[in-house]
Amino acid sequence: MTRTTARRRHPAAGYAVILLGLVSVGLAYSAITSGSSTSATPPSIALTAQLSQVSQGYAIFKADCSSCHGLLAQGVPGVGPSLIGVGAAAVDFQVSTGRMPSKGPANENVRKPLEISSPAQIHAVAAYIASLGGGPAIPTAAQVSMTGASAGFGQQLFVADCAQCHNFVGAGGALTYGKFAPPLTVSTPTQIYEAMLTGPEAMPVFNNTTITPQEKRDIIAYVVQTRAEPNPGGLSLGRVGPVTEGLVAFLGMLLFMVFAALWITAKHGKAHE
Amino acid sequence: MSDSTAGHRPGDSDLTGSGSAAGLPPDGNASDGEAGAEETGTAPHRVIGTPPPAQARTLLGTGPAADAGGDGAVAPRELPADPPDLASAKRAERVVVACFIVAMLAGFGFIAAYLIFSVHSVTNVLHSNLALGSTMAIAFLALAVGATIWVRRLMPDVELTEQRKPLRSSPEDRAAFAQTFEEGADASQFTKRPLVRRTLIAATVPVALAPIVLLRDMGPLPGKSLDRTVWRKGLRLLNYGANTPIRPSDFSSPGGMITVVPDGYQDDFDALAKAAVIIIKFGPGQIVYGTKPYPVPGAVVPNWSVNNIVAYSKICTHVGCPAALYEQTTHHILCPCHQSTFDAARGAKVIFGPATRPLPQLPMTTDAEGYLVAQSDFTEPVGPSFWERG
Repeated sequence: MTRTTARRRHPAAGYAVILLGLVSVGLAYSAITSGSSTSATPPSIALTAQLSQVSQGYAIFKADCSSCHGLLAQGVPGVGPSLIGVGAAAVDFQVSTGRMPSKGPANENVRKPLEISSPAQIHAVAAYIASLGGGPAIPTAAQVSMTGASAGFGQQLFVADCAQCHNFVGAGGALTYGKFAPPLTVSTPTQIYEAMLTGPEAMPVFNNTTITPQEKRDIIAYVVQTRAEPNPGGLSLGRVGPVTEGLVAFLGMLLFMVFAALWITAKHGKAHE
Repeated sequence: MSDSTAGHRPGDSDLTGSGSAAGLPPDGNASDGEAGAEETGTAPHRVIGTPPPAQARTLLGTGPAADAGGDGAVAPRELPADPPDLASAKRAERVVVACFIVAMLAGFGFIAAYLIFSVHSVTNVLHSNLALGSTMAIAFLALAVGATIWVRRLMPDVELTEQRKPLRSSPEDRAAFAQTFEEGADASQFTKRPLVRRTLIAATVPVALAPIVLLRDMGPLPGKSLDRTVWRKGLRLLNYGANTPIRPSDFSSPGGMITVVPDGYQDDFDALAKAAVIIIKFGPGQIVYGTKPYPVPGAVVPNWSVNNIVAYSKICTHVGCPAALYEQTTHHILCPCHQSTFDAARGAKVIFGPATRPLPQLPMTTDAEGYLVAQSDFTEPVGPSFWERG
């Protein structure tokens, strides 16, 4: 009895209870949502399925997106842009990378943990936006497949048109006025494809007549293969090139030299007076 | 130098300060004679490098007093033969020995790494570099640490003062040198035969001029080559990488940006160093055209663009880095080297950073087949400023 009380009064007990509550709610929520999505997936007639996907997407849109983008996705001036014509690929990219829902119109949208977690839900919203008027579609698995893609040619293209912002190995980099090009280290092939197609944030658009779908696959192959390159020095240092390496070498060696100088010249024991 | 008078002297008496001008001239120096007498009278005859008698083991502090007295004192020992704490010295010795052994092993490791790692692929080279670098670093570091511990723990920490001899030679020496010099000049006939002297001087002139003439290899001067690029009328813009020509209808998405190169020069890196271009597609009404006719810095020239597509030099006007960080939301072109920022919608006007001129705009049009081509070369030099640019 006393042992139980003592445990209940332990400083960590409160955190543990909250964590337990959150996990159980999350599990229950995911069980419910996955149940609903699986019930929506098998279609008897394609059109019905598509319609139900659009209507499901609209329901999610109304609940989670319309406060900024307007009830009909027409946009709210100063808050959120119109989504008519942006296409399913843009929606899938923005939501699947966690950039949407945004933290606010003033913020730069960055990759963060998903708030709409199920791909089926994201695809539903994407289908709804696509139904409003065209735009690039979400690429199929075949379109982003890396089999037969040439990473070597992809590197040429990447160096010509991507590396200036995203760094030679996709480690990202700085842009103007505090904006930055994100690292590509965790992007899925689908997300890379969608980003090229739709030009999210400050990124230019690389449409399919400028960078062909085959070339996009080559670029993806390069980005993905580069991640697996070994770091024989032990540390990648973010792979952002000579700046960090130089900084580490400079500061590290400087520190080492300072301590070495201190040690060499320190007065030692009785030998000195 | 003083060997002629005190050949047997151990040589360390000069350090004691017994004579300020000890032993410089070979003869006739009073202080030298005094020192010599002192040495020959009392100093033990010993071989350099062997330990002195036990009574001589005194520190420097007692030296000057004994020396000043100058009576019956042995040459004082200045450095202690042993460290004060022998047990501590023993421990230090072991550490030093361990360091040196580590250095030796790492040195052998370097040789082994050189022999073992083949370097026929990039990955192998990286591993080889890692092994060679770390073994060499360990070897040098262990050597340095061992030496430092040796110095700090085993060698004595004693300050010595060495008296300096006067730098000026004696008057006799100086007179003798002057005489020798003059006699030599006469005997060599250098002064007596001016023809020989002058032809010798003339012979050295071309040798001295040759390095100056070799500076010519730094030329020739660039002339007009910096003023123009390989772009010319009718040359197609190729999508770099795929090297395909571009129709305005292909490059149709507003916010698009692509690097292009002149047709026929896609593999000519010397040419591309100046001729690289980015083309940018704007939405309707986004471009701010200049109101005055060309040339207007900081304004897009209307009849140089095609369907809201504008072409700018990719070479930054600051120091020539590739400036191609294009933001479609703000229309900024950023140069990554020094953050020069250009407004692509306003003729690549400089809005931030050290660049002083806009990126030059390439005049564009379409050819009979509808592909983007250049109307002409750039109308101003691309890239950084240079002396002759004016």
